[in-house]
Amino acid sequence: MTLAYTPSNLDEALQILADHPDTVLVAGCTDLMVVDYAMGRRHDAVLDLLAVPELHGIAVSDDAISIGATTKFREILNHAEVQKNYPMLAEVAGTVGGWQIQNRATIGGNIANASPAGDSLPVLLALGAQVEVRGAAGPRIIPYEAMHLGYRRVDLRPGELITRVRIQKPAANTVQMYKKVGTRAAQAISKVVVGLCATIVDDSVAEIRIGAGSVAATPVRLDRTEARVRGARLEPSLADEAGRIASTEVAPIDDVRSTAEYRSFVLGRVVRRMLLNMISGETGPNSTAGSGS
Amino acid sequence: MTGKGGISFSLNGKAVKVDLDPMSRLLDVVREHCELPGSKEGCGEGECGACAVLLDDEPVCSCLVPLIQVRGRTVRTIEDLETGGVLDPIQEAFVEAGGVQCGACTPGILITLRALLDRNPAPNRTEVREALGGNLCRCTGYEGILRSVEALLPGGDES
Amino acid sequence: MTQPPRPREVGQSRPRIDGRDKVTGAARYVDDLNVPGMWHGATVRSPHPAARIDSIDFSRARQADPEVAAITAADLPGPNVVKLIAEDWPILAAEEVHHVGEAVAIVVAPTRERARAAADRVDVTYTEVPGALTLDDALRGDPRVGGQVNVLASSNIDWGDVDQGLADADHIVEGEYETGWQEHIYIEPQGMIAIPQDDGSVEIVGSMQCPYYVQHALAHALSLEPDMVRVRHVATGGGFGGKEDFPDMLGAHAALLARKIKRPVKIVYDRHEDIVATTKRHPSRVRIRTGVAADGRLLAQDIEVVLDGGAYITLSPVVLSRAVIHAAGPYACPNVRIQGRVLATNTVPNGAFRGFGAPQSQFAAERQMDRIGRRLGIDPYTIRERNAYRVGDTTPTGQVLKESVSAIECLQEAETRTRFRERWQQFENARANAPDDGRPVRGLGLSLVWHGSGFTGNGEQRMNSPVTIRLNEAGAVEVRVAATEFGQGTTMVLQQMVADAVGVTAADIVVVNPDTVEVPDSGPTVASRTVMVVGGILVRAGKGLADQLMQFAKSDAASPIDCGPETNELELKAGQLLDESGAVLGSFSDIAAAYVASYGTLDITERFEAMPGIEFDEETYRGAAYSAYGWACDIIELEVDPDTLAVSLTDATLVYDVGKAIHPAMCRGQVEGGTLQALGYGFMEEIKLKDGAYMNDRLATYIIPTIRDTPDMDTVLIENPTPSGAFGAKGVGEIPMDGGAPAVLSAIENATGIVAAGIPATPERLFSDRMAGRVVSNDRAGSAKPAEGGPA
Repeated sequence: MTLAYTPSNLDEALQILADHPDTVLVAGCTDLMVVDYAMGRRHDAVLDLLAVPELHGIAVSDDAISIGATTKFREILNHAEVQKNYPMLAEVAGTVGGWQIQNRATIGGNIANASPAGDSLPVLLALGAQVEVRGAAGPRIIPYEAMHLGYRRVDLRPGELITRVRIQKPAANTVQMYKKVGTRAAQAISKVVVGLCATIVDDSVAEIRIGAGSVAATPVRLDRTEARVRGARLEPSLADEAGRIASTEVAPIDDVRSTAEYRSFVLGRVVRRMLLNMISGETGPNSTAGSGS
Repeated sequence: MTGKGGISFSLNGKAVKVDLDPMSRLLDVVREHCELPGSKEGCGEGECGACAVLLDDEPVCSCLVPLIQVRGRTVRTIEDLETGGVLDPIQEAFVEAGGVQCGACTPGILITLRALLDRNPAPNRTEVREALGGNLCRCTGYEGILRSVEALLPGGDES
Repeated sequence: MTQPPRPREVGQSRPRIDGRDKVTGAARYVDDLNVPGMWHGATVRSPHPAARIDSIDFSRARQADPEVAAITAADLPGPNVVKLIAEDWPILAAEEVHHVGEAVAIVVAPTRERARAAADRVDVTYTEVPGALTLDDALRGDPRVGGQVNVLASSNIDWGDVDQGLADADHIVEGEYETGWQEHIYIEPQGMIAIPQDDGSVEIVGSMQCPYYVQHALAHALSLEPDMVRVRHVATGGGFGGKEDFPDMLGAHAALLARKIKRPVKIVYDRHEDIVATTKRHPSRVRIRTGVAADGRLLAQDIEVVLDGGAYITLSPVVLSRAVIHAAGPYACPNVRIQGRVLATNTVPNGAFRGFGAPQSQFAAERQMDRIGRRLGIDPYTIRERNAYRVGDTTPTGQVLKESVSAIECLQEAETRTRFRERWQQFENARANAPDDGRPVRGLGLSLVWHGSGFTGNGEQRMNSPVTIRLNEAGAVEVRVAATEFGQGTTMVLQQMVADAVGVTAADIVVVNPDTVEVPDSGPTVASRTVMVVGGILVRAGKGLADQLMQFAKSDAASPIDCGPETNELELKAGQLLDESGAVLGSFSDIAAAYVASYGTLDITERFEAMPGIEFDEETYRGAAYSAYGWACDIIELEVDPDTLAVSLTDATLVYDVGKAIHPAMCRGQVEGGTLQALGYGFMEEIKLKDGAYMNDRLATYIIPTIRDTPDMDTVLIENPTPSGAFGAKGVGEIPMDGGAPAVLSAIENATGIVAAGIPATPERLFSDRMAGRVVSNDRAGSAKPAEGGPA
């Protein structure tokens, strides 16, 4: 029989983790239970993070939001402040599985599970999120770029857990764009996913961050593409060039969902389209999970 | 830590106490231990929605919910939609308007639609599609399901 | 065949009989059943596509769990074969394995979890040998048969003079078309329970389409008389052909284990195992060379069909037969040659799947019609209208189509509802001038298909299936047939048809659950034959029952009715006995009760009778391949994202001639459900293999359409009755699988100009097709060159 810890607060959870470092952390279980069942896997001890009140919920301040690690995607999707000032995050939350999965999957779980295809991860990169973690040695704040160390590896030390995700409120002249190219229109796993955040001043791109998923072992920033666009004047030739750079600066792989060739091509097309849309002013939600719009 | 003597929760309006591994799948708990086999296993990985139940009135895939996480909460399965021998209107509509064929996806779809109708009594096709994106059906092409929901709405049922 | 009775129940869309149980969760499927003392089975499977088995060692499994029992090929009590057409499919691999996932041993333990753990602890050592992992390998030669091409089955049709027809043609159009595997994905995976009996017999309870197939296969495997194997159908969560052949294998595994440990044994696959182990739709390559007159008329078709049969023969010869007979499409052509072969590969055997070969060959036929149209500058509608079968035309087997030919009517109705020609042309023009604004591009596609109802050729005569109608002790009418309900509505339509045949109401009819001790072998539930063929025999039996009861009412001393000697013609109608003037003389229930009181129960058994003039020569493929054909036109409208090439289906217009819709709502359900399966086949569903193993053996990776991938459907049922089916009905189960895929590709071509080489037309495939220059010819930088080779 599995030993299940259901700590009533964060300190208790950290203490259990310190005393029993092999304890498996569980939250929405949308990946863990799949693997457990497929492999016939049992755990000696689990710690239910959903029991810890401090880890749940969205706190809003004037300049940021702080999302508890066990907040479900459905809660993020329906949150008024997220919808208003972080629309890309609301949008991505609506493309994580179907309703039943959105009711269970958590943002902290998506980060810790660290799938290269994790939908929300490129968006967190683009929004410049910070991950708050805590362990017996105290809290740390990790900029999202530094969170993913390698394939399915995150910067969490033994005894640490993700507590919250903090996102600075984007400036008023910021555009946010998200596109998921998935295997179908719902309940889809991404073949390419792109989140883009840009600040536009006088028809030029003052600042830009582009996160891409499913194109490398971890979610990545498109550094070379960003470097070309940053400070440049928005015009169609810039979009074409950015698309070309984007499609060559990553080396995706063939896998069960797509081909390397297609992924590179589509990444370039999506980045190009986002820049063209900035020019035309069509920067509203253009997410699609798979098929068309 | 897991309490001695099992995990208690409300199942279809009744208090139950289950002394099983806390990581047992809720699906197995209701089907085998509580002898309510209406919820079906179509994939075991949250893809098909045939095992959907309501957990505190929210649809979830019961194959992905460990028993420990339903402690003190409310679970409703397909067996709870009918009350006192009277079908829920959405059940009635499915029987009459071609919403059900083989029946394997039906429990998960109906329980999810109940949750939708509780929030939105007159959903349009787009809203029904949004709600059922996580429920696979291989028999109907979904058209009979959409027609069944439409038959419930004012002005529906003229087909 | 006798004149059908006037329908009262037939044609009504009543609430389904099994509906209430299915919507309340009360319906019991095999995995919902527990038999006292029941243990659970699990299977040890090959990880290699081609290997010799060197040893099988259970010591680790037994050490971990001493209660575990196991069976290998060496332990079998009878022939090691699942008996279908040929005897080559082993119950358990003996010396060698021929595909990944092939069963090598079966184990049994008190719980499912322990059984699975035990299977994981069985150590099998193999020596890998060369095999043919793909159809390309198979075409080059199979190492297992000394490098020869390993042909599992072949079928040929030769009609007219193809060489002369090609020589006379103004245009020669050539095309090659490819289709992939398809997995059924019935939502309920396969499952069986075997219960050993004290007298040495065994009872099988499970999810299946064909109880008597299971009985025959198990009697053979267990060396028992057939009546020592009782097979009982329970609620079955979808079949689509996938529960036609494979339940024989699973039933054998469960029965072997149950007889060994003398306890009931359940084996239910999880989705992963179901995808890994069970049969699939045959992949195909079809090459067509068509000679066309300047006005678009077909003069000659030279067609080569190659199917990938997988590792064993299973049902491949009959799948090929249907593929070949449908390969020229629903089009008149005086000279046709069709050569078909099934080749062996080291992959899971391919077997029965809705459509049974016709979706593959008609995919090619339909894409070829689009290609011909493009070459001649004729739109997809017009090229089909010019060539589609009319009454009086002759098929490549020499069958003259005498009635119930609705190809043109289906086309015209679909055109009326969609303004196809006008809008197709608009999209063609729009494609040439599409702005680069990222907006989706639209397209329309069309297909026209036919599908023979019932078994091919003389299959029905050979089976000579009996059906029984019984007046039971309670005076109710029982329908006793082996036709199973797995979602399509069998129970409901049988009830309706027999009610009208007897002259009672549906409520007077009890459809007995298929169980080999209760029902005769009325044949398998396949080939769109239940309504048309089984229904037809039932109607005769029902009328026989009515006649006998009316005779009793009129002249028997025990009759409760006093009709007077001058009454000649009586009629049973909706449960009332009427005289010639329509006056009510009494009720069916009173007459039935009086009959049973005097004579006991009454059984009427009837067998199949062929329509006069319906004959087929299986050697030469000449004659009436089917006694009736369904006809259908699908029009698909879609959008394609110009950046990602992702396809969104928006609208489907589905015009189907079903002969007679016994239950119109269920008929629509068959058309719509089959269409979505066909659409998924066309643009989404794909099995990918690596070294002979499926890469996508889960529902997260084998992708089928969700409700958000599905178009709105406008379904039209045309009723052009056939005299060879009950109430004029033709089969409707399979034809919806035929037209979806080519219509989607036709629409993708209209939207994007990409001429997809095969299905599924995933965005990846469309991308590589475009890169390879497979686009319509006038889209190629103004080049006037024809897109295809061959003399013009």
